[in-house]
Amino acid sequence: MATSDSSPVRLLYDVRVRAVLYQVVAVALVVGIGLYLFDTVSRKLAAQNIATGFDYLSRPAGFVISQSFISYDSGNSYGRAILVGLLNTIWVSVFAVIISTVLGLVVGIARLSRNPLLSTLALIYVEALRNVPLLLYLFLWYALIVAVFPPVREAWQILPEVFLSNGGLIVPSLRWSPAHTGVLAAVVLGIVLACVVASAFRRKRVATGQSRVAWPFVLLALVVPPLLAMLIFQPEMAVNWPEKGRFRITGGLQVTPEFTALLVGLGLSASAGIAETVRAGILSVGRGQWEAARSVGLHDRQTMRLVVLPQALRVIIPPLTSSYLSTFKNSSLAIAIGYPDLVMVSNTTMNQTGQAIEGIAIFMLVYLGMSITISMLMNWYNARVALVER
Amino acid sequence: MTDTAQLNTLASVSDERPVRPAQNWFGLLKPYIGSPFNAVVTFACLWLIYRLITGAWGWLVTRAIVEGGPQTCKAAAGAGACWPFLAAKLRFMIFGFFPYDEHWRPALAVLLFLGAMIYSMIPRFWSRRLLWLWLAVVVICGVLMYGGVFGLRVVNTTNWGGLPLSFMLSSVGLAFGFVLGVLLALARSSKLPAIQVIAIVFIEMVRGVPLVSILFMASVMLPLFMPDGVTIDKLLRAQVAIIIFAGAYIAETVRGGLQAVPKGQHEAAASLGLGYWLSMRKIVLPQALKIVIPPLVNIFIGFFQDTTLVTIIGLLDFLDTVRSAMRDPVWQGIAVLEGYIFAALVYAVFSYGMGSYSRFIERRLKTDHSHGRH
Repeated sequence: MATSDSSPVRLLYDVRVRAVLYQVVAVALVVGIGLYLFDTVSRKLAAQNIATGFDYLSRPAGFVISQSFISYDSGNSYGRAILVGLLNTIWVSVFAVIISTVLGLVVGIARLSRNPLLSTLALIYVEALRNVPLLLYLFLWYALIVAVFPPVREAWQILPEVFLSNGGLIVPSLRWSPAHTGVLAAVVLGIVLACVVASAFRRKRVATGQSRVAWPFVLLALVVPPLLAMLIFQPEMAVNWPEKGRFRITGGLQVTPEFTALLVGLGLSASAGIAETVRAGILSVGRGQWEAARSVGLHDRQTMRLVVLPQALRVIIPPLTSSYLSTFKNSSLAIAIGYPDLVMVSNTTMNQTGQAIEGIAIFMLVYLGMSITISMLMNWYNARVALVER
Repeated sequence: MTDTAQLNTLASVSDERPVRPAQNWFGLLKPYIGSPFNAVVTFACLWLIYRLITGAWGWLVTRAIVEGGPQTCKAAAGAGACWPFLAAKLRFMIFGFFPYDEHWRPALAVLLFLGAMIYSMIPRFWSRRLLWLWLAVVVICGVLMYGGVFGLRVVNTTNWGGLPLSFMLSSVGLAFGFVLGVLLALARSSKLPAIQVIAIVFIEMVRGVPLVSILFMASVMLPLFMPDGVTIDKLLRAQVAIIIFAGAYIAETVRGGLQAVPKGQHEAAASLGLGYWLSMRKIVLPQALKIVIPPLVNIFIGFFQDTTLVTIIGLLDFLDTVRSAMRDPVWQGIAVLEGYIFAALVYAVFSYGMGSYSRFIERRLKTDHSHGRH
């Protein structure tokens, strides 16, 4: 039957041949569509006289950004403007994640309270946040801030040199210099060192069973680098005092109402999800674990820390990761209330230069890269706490 | 059996009952003031509830302005809710810029849609007939909204807005997103590496970026992708973005269901001589989809809320018409919260309803699996 096996029609019925065929067709289809789109787009852009490429990033931006952590003015380049936007995105996301984790933990435990009043209140909190769109809450918080606080001209002076108005909270700030950045880096280094030292001591204790006093060494690791940095860099302690003018307050550190509304909105909405996650995690640890821990003589706090939480974390971490990721992605709603995040700055850039494809490509790639990084970090952590099975 | 014997059995039964916690005052109050800490918690909660209720009651009822116009509300300076604002702007908030005389058309469409929705949520009516029902509903709603036949005035999509638009964007987005999602899930669990890679790249790319960016991409880049002379409606662009986004998320949920179907089911289907598509359609997918109905309903709730994002690219969905109503020069700066609270209530009612349905269906599907075990 060798002849019929090699005939082309017969070949079509071979599963392996078909598999290859399907894949070739699929890839060809994707590549074909891609090429077609690329061709159409470049033809249209040429017809509309729109420049392509990323040269525009080095041209001056010409617009101001209301909040920035690195020095920026309208004479700086588009590239720097986008960097400012990215830093603003990260800034608000980090704070929102911290707020949502703390609130979520508290509310999640409150949901499990034996006190019916407390657990019902926690349930109402969760339901009220989960059943209304985040964007609506952002608008609502923003409207509330503007409605409740006085206009800038009648700003409340709650402390000397601290002003509160619907233009935001304004506090005195340090005049930032590279020396301060050096000290900040040293503080971070100190924290990392302290963690390393603490974990080394713990490993030694687990390995040898001998418990040594660790805290002086940890403290030393924490304090020495910042102190050294202070001596080396000698940062200048100049304060940037806010000055109240007729219509606006200049100087100082300004916490804008846009930032506050976004922070509150993101933090609260994520906390509802985290509360449910925490509750499910704690419930997933069986009663027997509590009883067993008690029978080997652990008291309540030890049981929670050594027995229940490590097991609950396994259930909690994966949904917590996706919650953090969606907080980070939801910060893009900033554009709706005018907080200058990555998307909003890119949008302004796109409107001015007309280079929409490049602008969208930049912020999509940034989001994609950050999402992948965060999920890889959390996966690594998850692998560490995961149950090691035979 | 004599009467006494019966009484004895009854007595012994009642003796065997577990001892219930003391039903006196202290027993009832124990969860509230069992320990000093608990007592503090209880009083803090009571205080919070008291403040919430009196605050809401005062704002909504006692201090509210019930009659009058913008000036009456302005004089009250936001001390209470401004009901005249809601009364004056209600129809605009719900129907947007749809011609005023024709409001009965979107109203009828919404009622039809909700009716069909509730009908198809009842498990007893689940059958192939539902597909035809929905086809009819979609056609009738389309005719009602767009017009052009039976002497109905043509209303362009640029004039569509409000609640009907929100319902449309989310339901059409989810219907097509579901089909896309199932196809993507099948592709991702396929044994053919090239197809698997294409699906993974697509799903992860869409899930890695925010919906806002996909909406931007659709509204700015889709027109560039079209051949010369073809324009694409703004509404359609947003719809495409929502379908893509929903598809990627639904794909991951459905994939979870596909993984939960035991391998033996695939093998059994193959041994009966069913090909890939037939075994998927008849054996694997029905089981996989049944497992993922509850998470799917949760995705639907999320997407119903996420359609509010289309306001960022300038579509007049419900949230946007509410905001436009509040920006009306006559009312600007007067009713700054009322609109949002009304909109929040509308969203909460629908989301909560669907959430309750999700819990109901979860319970029901569970009992289906455990016949005879109780």
